[in-house]
Amino acid sequence: MSEQTTVATHCPYCALQCGTRLSRSRDGVTITPSRDFPVNQGGLCQKGWTAPALLDTPDRLREPLVRGRDGTLVPTSWDGALTTIADRLKRIIAESGPEAVAVFGGGGLTNEKAYLLGKFARVAVGTSQIDYNGRFCMSAAATASTAAFGLDRGLPFPVTDLAEADVVLVAGANPAETMPPLMQHLSRPDLLVIDPRSTPTAESAALHLQPRPGTDLALALGLLHVAVIDGWCDTSYVAERTTGFDQVWARAAAWWPERVERVTGVPVSQQREAMRRLGAAGRGYVLTGRGAEQHSNGADTVAGFINLALALGLPGRDGSGYGCLTGQGNGQGGREHGQKSDQLPGYRSITDPTAREHVARQWGVASESLPGPGRSATELLEALGTETGPRALLVFGSNPALSAPHSSRIAERLAALDLLVVADFVPSETTATADVVLPVTQWAEEEGTLTNLEGRVLRRHRLLSPPARSRSDLDVLQHLATRLGQPAHRFPTRPREVFDELSRTSAGGPADYSGISYERLDSGAALHWPCPRTDPQHPGTPRLFLDGFAHPDGRARFRPADHHDPADSLNSTYPLWATTGRLLAQYQTGAQTRRVKELDETSPGPFVSVHPDTASRAGLHEGGSAHVRSRRGSVLVRVRVDPTMRTDTVFLPFHFPGAGRANLLTPSALDPRSGMPEFKVCAVRVEPCSEWTR
Amino acid sequence: MSRLVVIGNGPAAHRLVERLDELGYDGEITILGAEARPAYNRVLLPAVLDGSLGPDAVGLDEPPTGVRVRLGVTVTGIDRARGLVHTDTGAVHPYDEVVLATGAHPRIPAEVAATAGVFPLRTTEDCDGILRATGNAGQVTVLGAGVLGVEAALGLVARGLRVTLVHPHQHPMNRRLDAAGGRVLAEQLSTRGITPYWGRRVRAYRAPRLELDDGQELDTAALVVCAGVVPAVEPARAAGLAVNHGVLVDERLRTSDPDIHAIGDCAEHAGRTPGLLTSAWEQAEVLAELLVHPTTRTRYEPSAEVVRLKARDLDVAAFGSGAPAEDAELVTLSDPARARYARLLLHDDHVTAAVLLGFDRAIATLTRLCAEGREIPADRLAFLLGTTARYTGSAEPGPDTVICRCNTVTRRALSEAFDEGARDVPALAEITRATTGCGSCTDEVRRLCRTLVANAATEQETAA
Repeated sequence: MSEQTTVATHCPYCALQCGTRLSRSRDGVTITPSRDFPVNQGGLCQKGWTAPALLDTPDRLREPLVRGRDGTLVPTSWDGALTTIADRLKRIIAESGPEAVAVFGGGGLTNEKAYLLGKFARVAVGTSQIDYNGRFCMSAAATASTAAFGLDRGLPFPVTDLAEADVVLVAGANPAETMPPLMQHLSRPDLLVIDPRSTPTAESAALHLQPRPGTDLALALGLLHVAVIDGWCDTSYVAERTTGFDQVWARAAAWWPERVERVTGVPVSQQREAMRRLGAAGRGYVLTGRGAEQHSNGADTVAGFINLALALGLPGRDGSGYGCLTGQGNGQGGREHGQKSDQLPGYRSITDPTAREHVARQWGVASESLPGPGRSATELLEALGTETGPRALLVFGSNPALSAPHSSRIAERLAALDLLVVADFVPSETTATADVVLPVTQWAEEEGTLTNLEGRVLRRHRLLSPPARSRSDLDVLQHLATRLGQPAHRFPTRPREVFDELSRTSAGGPADYSGISYERLDSGAALHWPCPRTDPQHPGTPRLFLDGFAHPDGRARFRPADHHDPADSLNSTYPLWATTGRLLAQYQTGAQTRRVKELDETSPGPFVSVHPDTASRAGLHEGGSAHVRSRRGSVLVRVRVDPTMRTDTVFLPFHFPGAGRANLLTPSALDPRSGMPEFKVCAVRVEPCSEWTR
Repeated sequence: MSRLVVIGNGPAAHRLVERLDELGYDGEITILGAEARPAYNRVLLPAVLDGSLGPDAVGLDEPPTGVRVRLGVTVTGIDRARGLVHTDTGAVHPYDEVVLATGAHPRIPAEVAATAGVFPLRTTEDCDGILRATGNAGQVTVLGAGVLGVEAALGLVARGLRVTLVHPHQHPMNRRLDAAGGRVLAEQLSTRGITPYWGRRVRAYRAPRLELDDGQELDTAALVVCAGVVPAVEPARAAGLAVNHGVLVDERLRTSDPDIHAIGDCAEHAGRTPGLLTSAWEQAEVLAELLVHPTTRTRYEPSAEVVRLKARDLDVAAFGSGAPAEDAELVTLSDPARARYARLLLHDDHVTAAVLLGFDRAIATLTRLCAEGREIPADRLAFLLGTTARYTGSAEPGPDTVICRCNTVTRRALSEAFDEGARDVPALAEITRATTGCGSCTDEVRRLCRTLVANAATEQETAA
């Protein structure tokens, strides 16, 4: 084998994409955190340290599987599997048209895969029905940022800028558990944390605001109100660099602090203190995470926090700003290259005629042949197998059976398909129901790029040869495309070639990668998009908006938003709010991390955190088992008594399968603007139970 | 198309039409407002008085498109037989349904009625008048120390005026607070520079001389009357609708004429005219639902209201009233040194009455508990202080206590690494990965390391 024995690459998990050195020897693969990568500077969390265990996980998918007549998945040849898929796709397209085929991607796929997947759907299949699990992640922030700034890049500044701040407001994020190495940049600033739970991040805060779940926007409106009446508003910035403040104030005027206290449960004194600290900060940031975003008013809630940041004059100013803490490894890049139902590569809108013309020319097809916008993720999943919905679904790098809201309904929809194809490298709840399973390569076995939460494009390097019969997703796409009648050259399989095409196609778009190449990245250049092709070479854009925002007039837009109650309501049957979230030792649906012994031993299995009073009133005991029930379904979990919980709120992690699947509880209510589901609040009751299955 | 005429243009009317629009109401809506300026948030007037908001900043959103708004119009009659609303401009508005949202009039004591320099605090004009009369450094007297009177006095003192507060009872907010709580609040008002006259009424006012009922005379440039409100029932009464204190409405917010509804301060439901904005909004939302979906089972059920003072750095809330039941539990805590006072009356773990001053976190929690009818936490003191209740189930720190959460490294694992020869933080990190995640445990690992070094030294000495 001519491959190197040590490569500089990045962690396979979250959007920090911590720099690591990966080495192989006879004893296996070892990982060490890079000291010279600015995001982690030698730090790494337990997920990262144990990531090599994924590479030889015993139940790795090693050969293509096709469901036989007896209903079991049977090993088959690649040719057999691909032919089966292509034949059935062709039949379905012939009978029902290309819209009967849907594609579902993921925020963990490399830029190259995300790009080629979007092209495959729109060119090889000709369907508009493509979306990805990023809808469940930060789509609300993406929508709000685009509306406010004309452009969405999670952090429009390098993550290291945060360490220079005086105060950082963290709305609905828990990086101390979900992305621990980020905390080294947050140790100097005073943190103001908004979270219904007393998380490790909240515990490290100078001030923790603990609102009732589902009231984040009311709190954001209230903070804006306080900023105005207490004189923290930067009126000259508002006048010179923004538009629309008056309409926003007309709403926020009605959210005086005592009313906000009544709705959110956050004391007036804390609202004022938060604004006093953030308003007086010389360098201040507002960051949002899933807690603000995963609501049926998610885009409006993020808009509420952006409005606050704008009123204080933070965005587009050196040393201050607003940002979204993107979650998935390539959550940022994943939303820029066309696997989103409403977008084309370069973060272009699929309804923009100029954008369609440009992309169609790059792809060598007629622009009229490109489909329009399709359904967003949850809508797409809920339409599967219905009369008007897709009959076939191809899933790449995602586990919607576990990650989608109201998951019992999603399981029914997946079962109603004529064809479910899943490409993954480990079995998941979704592969378990598939008709065809394709074993693909994973991080250390492939080349590619990812774009981390600060919009920096990073190289993923190959250390190992993949298992003999695994293929890369790019390879799968080419073979399916040619079987559907496409010329092979239109679907290259070498990542470098795909990247070159991607960067060309992105030229002139909001997320312009055309000045980025593997050579530049491999030479160590730190390149944040936009990075157009220029001579001399463009240095990339670590900090956006310093000279103006990406709207034609250069101004940021305030966006009016008003609070409304969550989709679910409390009553005597469902008297508690449940909120779902993440644990330190698990990543997303746990399909990867649950396979790592060290993480699995650390991780407690499915549980519900309950305040001691709530527990004793419900007859629950620490370590006992309980049913948590909502209007959609019920889960079986262990009880954790936690005195830091609100008495009206319980918490469940969503990483676990089977009877502990938290998303059996969540509603399918969607944010009308972004398609984001309401993961963060639903009405439940908790009852003790004697059975235990695990 | 059905024609809806809304009489009144305050926050209740505003919320009603906004909600009707959201629910897709397809009728024709006309709003008749008596004030000349567009709808605004009356509740923010104290913020205008103290200068934190300009008078233009309290306006409400534009009404939804299509809604016809007539400003400066007084309704002169409702012709129920013909379905017509008559106004002082001569205009006549045919209706299918009417909503009365006429609000309330300030109550002005007869002694000072129709006197120059006397202002209620109900409109932006009142604010203008008060500020013009007092200038920037004048003396102003607030009559009445209910919630609005206290807010007004605090607002005026924050603006730099010299404020006296005249109240016929022995302590402020006497309908809401018990004597002990009232004393704490009175003390706070004095501390902020307000000169109070408790147990005094006004006998006469001829600017700038104010005479109290004990003969004492004060110099005051303006008299701000906050002595309560009277529901504005004139159009209802003239139209022959059933009126008591307010316009009587049922749980569907219908007056005695099913085509005419009433909401907000003018309406009396189940013997109550709460006079609170939150009640008015609740009624507006319920009525919108009823107008759009007449068959809905939605009914107006007044929710438990916590009265909350709106004032900077002064947290006061009160809930419920009434004599304690026999088996009631009474929790009181008086902390005059820090201006804190609490009195909770509990029944079956539910709060039936409460007075809270200074306990900012408890006030925030209480509001939600009462609104949702939830039990109060078992640890009453933790509730009042807003701290986390002690829970005996949590484990004591021991060898298995996790020191580095990011990498799940226990004290035991660090000790073992130390025994293997790791004698400083980097060496311990090398073996255990502790400190390499978020880094927040670095100090603790360093401390542990020092302890281990010291222990090792002691052992050596002992051995030697």
